[in-house]
Amino acid sequence: MLSKKEKALIAEIWESLSPVAEDIGSDALLRMFASFPGTKTYFSHLDISPNSSHLRTHGKKIVLAIADGAKDISQLTVSLAPLQTLHAYQLRIDPTNFKLFSQCMLVTLACHLGEDFTPIAHAAMDKYLSAFAAVLAEKYR
Amino acid sequence: MVQWTDFERATIKAIFAKIDSAVVGPAALSRCLVVYPWTQRYFGKFGNLFNADAIRSNPNVIAHGKVVLDGLARAVQNLDDIKATYAELSVLHSEKLQVDPDNFKLLADCVSIVVAAQLGKDFTPEVQAAFQKFLAVAVSALGKQYY
Repeated sequence: MLSKKEKALIAEIWESLSPVAEDIGSDALLRMFASFPGTKTYFSHLDISPNSSHLRTHGKKIVLAIADGAKDISQLTVSLAPLQTLHAYQLRIDPTNFKLFSQCMLVTLACHLGEDFTPIAHAAMDKYLSAFAAVLAEKYR
Repeated sequence: MVQWTDFERATIKAIFAKIDSAVVGPAALSRCLVVYPWTQRYFGKFGNLFNADAIRSNPNVIAHGKVVLDGLARAVQNLDDIKATYAELSVLHSEKLQVDPDNFKLLADCVSIVVAAQLGKDFTPEVQAAFQKFLAVAVSALGKQYY
Protein backbone atom coordinates (compact mmCIF):
# COMPACT_ATOMS: atom_id res chain seq x y z
CA MET A 1 0.00 0.00 0.00
CA LEU A 2 1.44 3.34 -1.03
CA SER A 3 0.71 6.47 0.98
CA LYS A 4 0.16 9.85 -0.66
CA LYS A 5 3.61 10.95 0.48
CA GLU A 6 5.22 7.87 -1.00
CA LYS A 7 3.46 8.33 -4.35
CA ALA A 8 4.66 11.94 -4.48
CA LEU A 9 8.21 10.88 -3.60
CA ILE A 10 8.21 8.17 -6.27
CA ALA A 11 6.88 10.55 -8.93
CA GLU A 12 9.52 13.10 -7.95
CA ILE A 13 12.39 10.64 -8.19
CA TRP A 14 11.38 9.32 -11.61
CA GLU A 15 10.76 12.84 -12.89
CA SER A 16 14.33 13.74 -11.96
CA LEU A 17 15.72 10.58 -13.57
CA SER A 18 13.85 10.82 -16.88
CA PRO A 19 16.55 12.97 -18.50
CA VAL A 20 19.09 10.18 -17.82
CA ALA A 21 16.69 7.34 -18.59
CA GLU A 22 19.19 5.75 -20.99
CA ASP A 23 21.95 5.62 -18.36
CA ILE A 24 19.68 4.35 -15.61
CA GLY A 25 17.96 1.77 -17.80
CA SER A 26 21.08 0.34 -19.39
CA ASP A 27 22.83 0.24 -16.02
CA ALA A 28 20.01 -1.74 -14.42
CA LEU A 29 19.88 -4.16 -17.35
CA LEU A 30 23.64 -4.74 -17.27
CA ARG A 31 23.49 -5.43 -13.55
CA MET A 32 20.71 -7.94 -14.10
CA PHE A 33 22.61 -9.74 -16.87
CA ALA A 34 25.74 -9.92 -14.68
CA SER A 35 24.04 -11.13 -11.49
CA PHE A 36 21.35 -13.28 -13.09
CA PRO A 37 22.73 -14.68 -16.35
CA GLY A 38 19.50 -16.60 -17.07
CA THR A 39 17.84 -13.29 -17.88
CA LYS A 40 20.04 -12.93 -20.94
CA THR A 41 18.04 -15.66 -22.64
CA TYR A 42 15.32 -13.14 -23.39
CA PHE A 43 17.69 -10.94 -25.34
CA SER A 44 19.28 -13.27 -27.88
CA HIS A 45 17.94 -11.02 -30.63
CA LEU A 46 19.70 -7.91 -29.33
CA ASP A 47 23.27 -6.77 -28.75
CA ILE A 48 23.35 -6.36 -24.97
CA SER A 49 27.03 -5.56 -24.56
CA PRO A 50 27.81 -2.50 -22.42
CA ASN A 51 27.09 0.75 -24.27
CA SER A 52 25.53 -0.94 -27.28
CA SER A 53 22.80 1.15 -28.89
CA HIS A 54 20.35 -1.75 -28.45
CA LEU A 55 21.00 -1.84 -24.72
CA ARG A 56 20.66 1.91 -24.27
CA THR A 57 17.51 2.16 -26.36
CA HIS A 58 15.92 -0.72 -24.51
CA GLY A 59 16.96 0.58 -21.09
CA LYS A 60 15.50 3.98 -21.95
CA LYS A 61 12.22 2.42 -23.02
CA ILE A 62 11.86 0.55 -19.74
CA VAL A 63 12.73 3.54 -17.54
CA LEU A 64 10.38 5.87 -19.38
CA ALA A 65 7.55 3.34 -18.94
CA ILE A 66 8.29 3.12 -15.21
CA ALA A 67 8.50 6.91 -14.96
CA ASP A 68 5.26 7.31 -16.86
CA GLY A 69 3.45 4.92 -14.55
CA ALA A 70 4.74 6.87 -11.57
CA LYS A 71 2.92 10.02 -12.69
CA ASP A 72 -0.41 8.49 -11.66
CA ILE A 73 0.07 5.25 -9.78
CA SER A 74 -3.63 4.76 -9.14
CA GLN A 75 -4.09 4.39 -12.91
CA LEU A 76 -1.41 1.77 -13.46
CA THR A 77 -3.82 -0.82 -14.85
CA VAL A 78 -4.97 1.69 -17.45
CA SER A 79 -1.59 3.14 -18.41
CA LEU A 80 0.07 -0.27 -18.59
CA ALA A 81 -2.67 -2.00 -20.61
CA PRO A 82 -0.71 -2.12 -23.89
CA LEU A 83 2.42 -3.33 -22.10
CA GLN A 84 0.39 -5.96 -20.26
CA THR A 85 -0.74 -7.37 -23.59
CA LEU A 86 2.77 -7.24 -25.02
CA HIS A 87 4.29 -9.12 -22.09
CA ALA A 88 1.49 -11.68 -21.82
CA TYR A 89 1.12 -12.68 -25.44
CA GLN A 90 4.35 -11.75 -27.14
CA LEU A 91 7.28 -11.45 -24.76
CA ARG A 92 6.05 -13.98 -22.21
CA ILE A 93 8.85 -13.18 -19.80
CA ASP A 94 8.55 -15.34 -16.69
CA PRO A 95 7.38 -12.93 -13.97
CA THR A 96 10.08 -14.02 -11.50
CA ASN A 97 12.42 -12.03 -13.72
CA PHE A 98 10.55 -8.83 -12.90
CA LYS A 99 11.73 -9.26 -9.29
CA LEU A 100 15.31 -9.72 -10.44
CA PHE A 101 15.15 -6.60 -12.60
CA SER A 102 13.55 -4.62 -9.76
CA GLN A 103 16.35 -5.58 -7.39
CA CYS A 104 18.94 -4.42 -9.91
CA MET A 105 17.01 -1.20 -10.49
CA LEU A 106 17.13 -0.54 -6.74
CA VAL A 107 20.90 -1.07 -6.79
CA THR A 108 21.19 1.32 -9.76
CA LEU A 109 19.20 3.91 -7.84
CA ALA A 110 21.42 3.42 -4.78
CA CYS A 111 24.59 3.87 -6.85
CA HIS A 112 23.13 6.90 -8.58
CA LEU A 113 21.48 8.65 -5.64
CA GLY A 114 23.83 7.60 -2.82
CA GLU A 115 22.71 8.99 0.54
CA ASP A 116 19.57 10.41 -1.07
CA PHE A 117 18.31 6.87 -1.57
CA THR A 118 17.05 6.86 2.00
CA PRO A 119 15.39 3.83 3.62
CA ILE A 120 12.03 5.57 3.12
CA ALA A 121 12.68 6.21 -0.57
CA HIS A 122 13.91 2.62 -0.91
CA ALA A 123 10.78 1.23 0.75
CA ALA A 124 8.50 3.34 -1.44
CA MET A 125 10.38 2.43 -4.61
CA ASP A 126 10.39 -1.28 -3.78
CA LYS A 127 6.63 -1.17 -3.26
CA TYR A 128 6.08 0.72 -6.51
CA LEU A 129 8.23 -1.63 -8.57
CA SER A 130 6.44 -4.64 -7.04
CA ALA A 131 3.07 -3.12 -7.92
CA PHE A 132 4.29 -2.31 -11.44
CA ALA A 133 5.49 -5.89 -11.94
CA ALA A 134 2.23 -7.31 -10.62
CA VAL A 135 0.18 -5.18 -13.03
CA LEU A 136 2.48 -6.12 -15.90
CA ALA A 137 1.82 -9.81 -15.28
CA GLU A 138 -1.95 -9.46 -14.88
CA LYS A 139 -2.89 -10.68 -18.36
CA TYR A 140 -0.60 -13.73 -18.25
CA ARG A 141 -3.43 -16.03 -17.22
CA MET B 1 31.80 -26.70 -2.60
CA VAL B 2 31.52 -23.15 -3.88
CA GLN B 3 34.01 -22.22 -6.59
CA TRP B 4 35.30 -18.66 -6.46
CA THR B 5 37.10 -17.03 -9.37
CA ASP B 6 40.15 -14.91 -8.57
CA PHE B 7 38.11 -11.84 -9.47
CA GLU B 8 35.36 -12.82 -7.04
CA ARG B 9 37.75 -13.48 -4.16
CA ALA B 10 39.62 -10.25 -4.71
CA THR B 11 36.41 -8.24 -5.13
CA ILE B 12 34.74 -9.59 -2.00
CA LYS B 13 37.82 -9.05 0.14
CA ALA B 14 38.32 -5.56 -1.30
CA ILE B 15 34.78 -4.55 -0.43
CA PHE B 16 35.13 -5.73 3.15
CA ALA B 17 38.45 -3.92 3.44
CA LYS B 18 36.74 -0.74 2.27
CA ILE B 19 33.59 -0.79 4.38
CA ASP B 20 33.22 -0.14 8.11
CA SER B 21 31.03 -2.82 9.71
CA ALA B 22 30.06 -0.35 12.42
CA VAL B 23 28.54 1.84 9.69
CA VAL B 24 27.29 -0.60 7.05
CA GLY B 25 25.88 -3.09 9.56
CA PRO B 26 23.55 -0.68 11.38
CA ALA B 27 22.61 1.01 8.08
CA ALA B 28 21.66 -2.32 6.49
CA LEU B 29 19.77 -3.65 9.50
CA SER B 30 17.80 -0.44 10.04
CA ARG B 31 17.04 -0.27 6.31
CA CYS B 32 15.73 -3.83 6.45
CA LEU B 33 13.46 -3.00 9.39
CA VAL B 34 12.09 0.01 7.46
CA VAL B 35 11.75 -1.51 3.98
CA TYR B 36 10.43 -4.88 5.23
CA PRO B 37 8.61 -3.96 8.45
CA TRP B 38 7.49 -7.51 9.15
CA THR B 39 11.12 -8.32 10.01
CA GLN B 40 10.55 -6.30 13.17
CA ARG B 41 8.81 -9.37 14.57
CA TYR B 42 12.22 -10.70 15.61
CA PHE B 43 13.20 -7.58 17.48
CA GLY B 44 10.39 -7.16 20.00
CA LYS B 45 12.89 -6.61 22.80
CA PHE B 46 14.73 -3.80 20.97
CA GLY B 47 12.49 -0.99 22.16
CA ASN B 48 11.32 1.88 19.97
CA LEU B 49 11.06 0.83 16.29
CA PHE B 50 8.15 3.16 15.65
CA ASN B 51 9.48 5.00 12.60
CA ALA B 52 12.55 5.22 10.37
CA ASP B 53 14.28 7.80 12.59
CA ALA B 54 13.64 5.81 15.75
CA ILE B 55 14.94 2.65 14.08
CA ARG B 56 18.05 4.36 12.79
CA SER B 57 18.99 5.78 16.17
CA ASN B 58 17.96 2.75 18.24
CA PRO B 59 21.10 1.64 20.15
CA ASN B 60 20.08 -2.03 20.01
CA VAL B 61 19.72 -1.88 16.23
CA ILE B 62 23.08 -0.15 15.94
CA ALA B 63 24.83 -2.73 18.12
CA HIS B 64 23.19 -5.66 16.41
CA GLY B 65 23.89 -4.32 12.93
CA LYS B 66 27.59 -4.44 13.71
CA VAL B 67 27.26 -8.01 15.03
CA VAL B 68 25.65 -9.08 11.75
CA LEU B 69 28.30 -7.47 9.56
CA ASP B 70 31.09 -8.92 11.72
CA GLY B 71 29.46 -12.28 11.08
CA LEU B 72 29.64 -11.69 7.33
CA ALA B 73 33.28 -10.65 7.69
CA ARG B 74 34.00 -14.02 9.30
CA ALA B 75 32.59 -15.72 6.21
CA VAL B 76 34.93 -13.62 4.07
CA GLN B 77 37.86 -14.95 6.12
CA ASN B 78 36.63 -18.48 5.40
CA LEU B 79 35.42 -18.25 1.81
CA ASP B 80 36.20 -21.89 1.12
CA ASP B 81 34.16 -23.25 3.99
CA ILE B 82 31.34 -20.90 4.82
CA LYS B 83 29.02 -23.81 5.54
CA ALA B 84 31.17 -25.06 8.43
CA THR B 85 31.91 -21.53 9.63
CA TYR B 86 28.18 -20.85 9.93
CA ALA B 87 27.02 -24.22 11.29
CA GLU B 88 26.60 -22.96 14.85
CA LEU B 89 25.03 -19.68 13.72
CA SER B 90 22.58 -21.62 11.60
CA VAL B 91 21.52 -23.73 14.57
CA LEU B 92 21.15 -20.58 16.65
CA HIS B 93 18.90 -18.90 14.07
CA SER B 94 16.83 -22.04 13.63
CA GLU B 95 16.43 -23.40 17.14
CA LYS B 96 16.73 -20.38 19.41
CA LEU B 97 15.86 -17.31 17.33
CA GLN B 98 13.44 -19.17 15.05
CA VAL B 99 13.94 -16.82 12.14
CA ASP B 100 12.27 -17.68 8.83
CA PRO B 101 15.24 -18.16 6.47
CA ASP B 102 13.51 -16.08 3.77
CA ASN B 103 14.37 -13.07 5.90
CA PHE B 104 18.09 -13.61 5.39
CA LYS B 105 17.68 -12.70 1.74
CA LEU B 106 15.87 -9.48 2.65
CA LEU B 107 18.72 -8.38 4.89
CA ALA B 108 21.27 -9.41 2.26
CA ASP B 109 19.50 -7.23 -0.33
CA CYS B 110 19.71 -4.30 2.08
CA VAL B 111 23.43 -4.91 2.57
CA SER B 112 23.82 -4.74 -1.23
CA ILE B 113 21.94 -1.45 -1.40
CA VAL B 114 23.96 0.14 1.42
CA VAL B 115 27.27 -0.94 -0.12
CA ALA B 116 26.06 0.26 -3.53
CA ALA B 117 25.18 3.67 -2.12
CA GLN B 118 28.62 3.91 -0.54
CA LEU B 119 30.67 2.72 -3.51
CA GLY B 120 28.62 4.43 -6.23
CA LYS B 121 30.16 3.92 -9.66
CA ASP B 122 32.75 1.50 -8.24
CA PHE B 123 29.92 -0.94 -7.52
CA THR B 124 29.95 -2.07 -11.14
CA PRO B 125 27.68 -4.83 -12.45
CA GLU B 126 30.57 -7.32 -12.15
CA VAL B 127 31.40 -6.25 -8.60
CA GLN B 128 27.72 -6.47 -7.70
CA ALA B 129 27.47 -9.98 -9.14
CA ALA B 130 30.48 -11.17 -7.12
CA PHE B 131 29.23 -9.54 -3.93
CA GLN B 132 25.71 -10.91 -4.35
CA LYS B 133 27.10 -14.39 -5.03
CA PHE B 134 28.92 -14.15 -1.69
CA LEU B 135 25.77 -12.98 0.10
CA ALA B 136 23.77 -15.81 -1.48
CA VAL B 137 26.30 -18.36 -0.21
CA ALA B 138 26.20 -16.82 3.27
CA VAL B 139 22.39 -16.86 3.24
CA SER B 140 22.32 -20.47 2.11
CA ALA B 141 24.82 -21.54 4.80
CA LEU B 142 22.76 -19.79 7.45
CA GLY B 143 19.75 -21.86 6.45
CA LYS B 144 21.59 -25.18 6.23
CA GLN B 145 20.92 -26.46 9.76
CA TYR B 146 17.18 -25.88 9.66
CA TYR B 147 15.08 -29.01 9.68
